[in-house]
Amino acid sequence: MPGPTAPHPWQARFLVVESMWIWYRRNWRATVVSTVLNPVFFLVAMGFGLGSQIQPGAATGGYGYAVYLMPAMLAAGAVQNAAGESTFPILSGFKWSRVYWGMTATPITPAQVATGQLLWILFRLVFSGIVFVIVGAALGVVTGAGIILSLVFAVLAGMAFAAPLVAFAATIEGEGTAFNPVFRFIVLPMTLLAGTFFPVTELPALVRPIAWITPLWHGTELARAAAFWNLEFWPVAGHMAYLLALTGIGAALAVRNFRRRLGV
Amino acid sequence: MADDPLVLAEGLTKRFGEFEAVAGIDIEVRRGEAFGFLGPNGAGKSSTMRMVACVSPRSGGTLSVLGMDPDTDGPKIRARLGVVPQQDNLDNELTVRQNLQVYGRYFGLSRKHVRDKATELLEFAQLSDRADDEVDPLSGGMKRRLTIARSLVNDPELLLLDEPTTGLDPQARHLLWDRLFRLKQQGVTLIVTTHYMDEAEQLCDRLVVMDKGKIAAEGSPAQLIDRYSTKEVLELRFPPGQQDPAPVQDLGERVEVLPDRILVYTTDGEASLAAAHTRGVTPVSSLVRRSTLEDVFLRLTGRTLVD
Amino acid sequence: MSVGLVWRVVPPGLYARRARTVVERSFLVNRRAWMTIFSGFFESFFYLFAMGVGFGRLVGEVIGPGGQPMSYAAYVAPALLAASAMNGAVYDATFNLFFKLKYAKVYDGMLATPLGPFDVAIGEISWALIRGAVYATGFLTVISVLGLVSSPWTILALPVVLLVSLAFAAVGMACTTFMRSWQDFDLVQLALLPMFLFSATFYPLSVYPDGLQWVVRLSPLYHAVELMRGLTAGVIEWAMLGHLSYFVVMAVVGLIVAGRRLGKLLLS
Repeated sequence: MPGPTAPHPWQARFLVVESMWIWYRRNWRATVVSTVLNPVFFLVAMGFGLGSQIQPGAATGGYGYAVYLMPAMLAAGAVQNAAGESTFPILSGFKWSRVYWGMTATPITPAQVATGQLLWILFRLVFSGIVFVIVGAALGVVTGAGIILSLVFAVLAGMAFAAPLVAFAATIEGEGTAFNPVFRFIVLPMTLLAGTFFPVTELPALVRPIAWITPLWHGTELARAAAFWNLEFWPVAGHMAYLLALTGIGAALAVRNFRRRLGV
Repeated sequence: MADDPLVLAEGLTKRFGEFEAVAGIDIEVRRGEAFGFLGPNGAGKSSTMRMVACVSPRSGGTLSVLGMDPDTDGPKIRARLGVVPQQDNLDNELTVRQNLQVYGRYFGLSRKHVRDKATELLEFAQLSDRADDEVDPLSGGMKRRLTIARSLVNDPELLLLDEPTTGLDPQARHLLWDRLFRLKQQGVTLIVTTHYMDEAEQLCDRLVVMDKGKIAAEGSPAQLIDRYSTKEVLELRFPPGQQDPAPVQDLGERVEVLPDRILVYTTDGEASLAAAHTRGVTPVSSLVRRSTLEDVFLRLTGRTLVD
Repeated sequence: MSVGLVWRVVPPGLYARRARTVVERSFLVNRRAWMTIFSGFFESFFYLFAMGVGFGRLVGEVIGPGGQPMSYAAYVAPALLAASAMNGAVYDATFNLFFKLKYAKVYDGMLATPLGPFDVAIGEISWALIRGAVYATGFLTVISVLGLVSSPWTILALPVVLLVSLAFAAVGMACTTFMRSWQDFDLVQLALLPMFLFSATFYPLSVYPDGLQWVVRLSPLYHAVELMRGLTAGVIEWAMLGHLSYFVVMAVVGLIVAGRRLGKLLLS
């Protein structure tokens, strides 16, 4: 047991993660429906139900619709979970449960709280993603080991959405009504239109650029390329660079905003 | 008719499962008086108030409010009551003024009437300059005054106040008491519950002391003190665990030992203190004061009011 | 109609016939939150857009209620109306009601006045219906303009969708009175999303094997979807009376349970 000195930065971040884990262990049931079951329901209803009405063709890369949907749904699920984990839980940490204030009363710094929180979201995304992949494999819509790489890309897309959103959530003072437009005008249309269920090329030309700026579109492109193993260097590098940049900028802003709010 | 009691209860009982919150009490509240329930938390005061307010059906006994039975005429009775609950339940989604107006509409009052009434009540509650603000940022005292103003929107004959000043600072409490005095002068009958003896002494013409769901005593504050206590009290403070009542046992009519002090009930406190000194009793500090309702409560129940 | 019925089955003292003032309160509260209400429109339109544009091209034509082929957008649009009626009514009657009941204590204040629990229940449901009517009118207007309806019977979709909302709101409210904490709301999610996805909303019932078809027929949303699809396509059948009675029963049972349970919770 070390003496009461300031912890190593990584140790501090894992202390934040640990405290989130302790809470989660007691309350996990509440999140199972939204994080695990929701994407599965969508996969089954859209992939198999609606998919029965869709002939495999050029638009689905020649695959059955459920197979075509699987990697993209992995990415969409990660982004949706990222949205859930980066909004109300952050506000609660500042306002309702006030756990962040408790943490910064110890030698843990506001910046470490922010990065620890992001790390926790990363773990959550990885975990839900693994469960989803297992379910997909059981349903027979996984085509090969490439899905592991899809999972990595999906989590990356999730973090690219989570990090800026955490930064935004850290500035919210009210009861969280500011999140409603985020879900309504960003998360939902992104899920429906940014390439998950049908190629973006099906959208009117004017709308396509909006889809291109969403992290989900990049995540979907990457996840499908990995699952069907047709990775090409430049597109992959481009998508990854965009997602990494969003994650990096978002994390930097989150750290800044946590410092502002928790600093004395 | 005018002399009929506003509230009359006989053997009034409230049970929650096995637990008997109110264990058969008799009360009679007359028109124009300020009637109090004094007792610690959990004595059954709020349960009684909720039964009188016709929002909690009684488990036994009889109860008549404004000459009617709450079981059958609840809405009619509530139309003529004002209720200030223990915890403010103001409508946070409305402004200060809208709180008054919308509440008036629940009573079936016309829009014109509630508009004028709201202005008048804002004045009364000294909240006119906050009229169009949100409710949430108001201070505790302001919220309490707004809740009281809201309870007056239907010009009630009977006003029920459950712990009206709990949690307020001294200044806010005095302001609130002042408003309640005015209402009393206007002829509104008040029923107040409190666990503060000073509040009971300030506000109530007549009160009952409640403990464990039963009424322990009834009378005016002066009568109760006269009946159950002595004129003066000598308080002797000792370090924890070092008080020994034996040497002072016969210095008053009665002696109470509390965790940090000994109370000697006596007609002449100074004389008893002098006697204690001559017997070599050396308290950390000593105090001679008049008896209060706190002492009445201690006598009746063997416990203090606020713990 | 429903008011007269309620008056007869409700014990005296629980209803003061002043539910209107509860609606007035909602109106005042929402006057400042109109943006939230307005933005609710978009949810359905995003779905409609996705279905019409993207899926429409993938799916092509489907077989409509009368056996005639129709575009996928025209097939899904009425189902989306039914689904948004369900979602709107249930969210209002569960999340919002629970918050007001347990945290804001709005109803405790109301019940200290002559209002009774049935005034509260009827008032809150009426407000949900008013909102629902505004949504539905907007949605029906848009899909009519887009040429996704093919029958003047569509006009009847408005009162029918209100009955659907009433039924969902009443049952949702009744369920809310049994909920202990926010954790129980997973169950609401767990009921709503599968219903939304699997009630023949996005594809015909015939996709399912026989046994499953009967399970889907139990879902209230399935009946709402059938009604909406039939009305907008102009295929009127006797079976519609069966669908309608499903919702009448839901509404009556839901309202009675909700009012009585609210009474028990608030007047204890």
